[in-house]
Amino acid sequence: MPVRAKLIEVAAFLDRVERYGAAGDFRCAALRQAVKILVDGKPARARRILEQLSDPTVKPDLITSGKVALGAWQKPQSPKRAK
Amino acid sequence: MRYIEPHGHMVSRTTDDYQAMVTAGCVAVCEPAFWAGFDRSSVDGFRDYFRQITEYEPARAAKFLLPHFAWLCINPKEAEDLALAADVLAMIPEFLAKPNVLGIGEIGLNRNTRNELKVFEQHVELAVKYNQLILVHTPHLEDKLKGTRLIVDLLRSHPGVKPERVIIDHVEEHTVNLVLDRGFWAGITLYPDSKSSPPRAVDMLETSGHDRIWLNSACDWGVSDPLAVPKTAFEMRRRGHSASYVDQVLYQNPVRFLSQCPKFRLGD
Repeated sequence: MPVRAKLIEVAAFLDRVERYGAAGDFRCAALRQAVKILVDGKPARARRILEQLSDPTVKPDLITSGKVALGAWQKPQSPKRAK
Repeated sequence: MRYIEPHGHMVSRTTDDYQAMVTAGCVAVCEPAFWAGFDRSSVDGFRDYFRQITEYEPARAAKFLLPHFAWLCINPKEAEDLALAADVLAMIPEFLAKPNVLGIGEIGLNRNTRNELKVFEQHVELAVKYNQLILVHTPHLEDKLKGTRLIVDLLRSHPGVKPERVIIDHVEEHTVNLVLDRGFWAGITLYPDSKSSPPRAVDMLETSGHDRIWLNSACDWGVSDPLAVPKTAFEMRRRGHSASYVDQVLYQNPVRFLSQCPKFRLGD
């Protein structure tokens, strides 16, 4: 039952952001991509979803983009990686 | 059931929480230094905070018969100010001899910046110099994987760091093996909305092993649950794990790691 409830929460969230015109937000796009992993029939779904939502870069940033993480990675508009 | 809360920011909690934790079987609580929710304006703010977690909070916990231990640092969320970080780092040795101080923590990264990494490295140097245990915070959400890799790489490149004396906290499914496979201890944090839930934590114990892992609530001023650790014991028992298994994960494991500091002592 708890998992059923969480699945419906995800579905309702996706409906809601479309209704409010926010479906193009990069976090919503990342969520839609991540959902595909749920039904690909392969193991380690939790690990793979977390990896897909992660910053794939390897060098520290030159400057901070704020104290708070956003939930999904978005490629920066301008380069800020350390050389 | 007995358990240790190895990571709780008790200055943010009420005495009701102390009472509930002790009633649930908590026999010790450890408080890493962390962010107050706003940036402190000077080193004196940290001095007051260090006094709070090394003098006042142990006395408050003692009213509930609960041993209280602390870790010291300037947390990564305030590490962008290199001058302030240098002042705080210079002050930390004054407090290392306090009877409840276990080591340096929770240090680490927040947004994976160059300044954060620099301050993290300075903390590691301090810990090695004073032979202190290390407690590491890993970043949140999309920053965790990259941050954990940076942290592990830095720790492994330092010849003075002994992995068995370092615990890397807030691991999730995509970082737990990265930490354990390199000889470090791993902490799983149980949060209502982020980090790990009790069922996911038990999944990780079952798939990655339970020898060098502890569980914590990291309860603070945000959305968190000071009883998350004993609630996870229920999840273990519901799956058929024995009482001795629960005891190893929730009590014996933290005792084994923390006892590397001679100041970690529990009463009868």
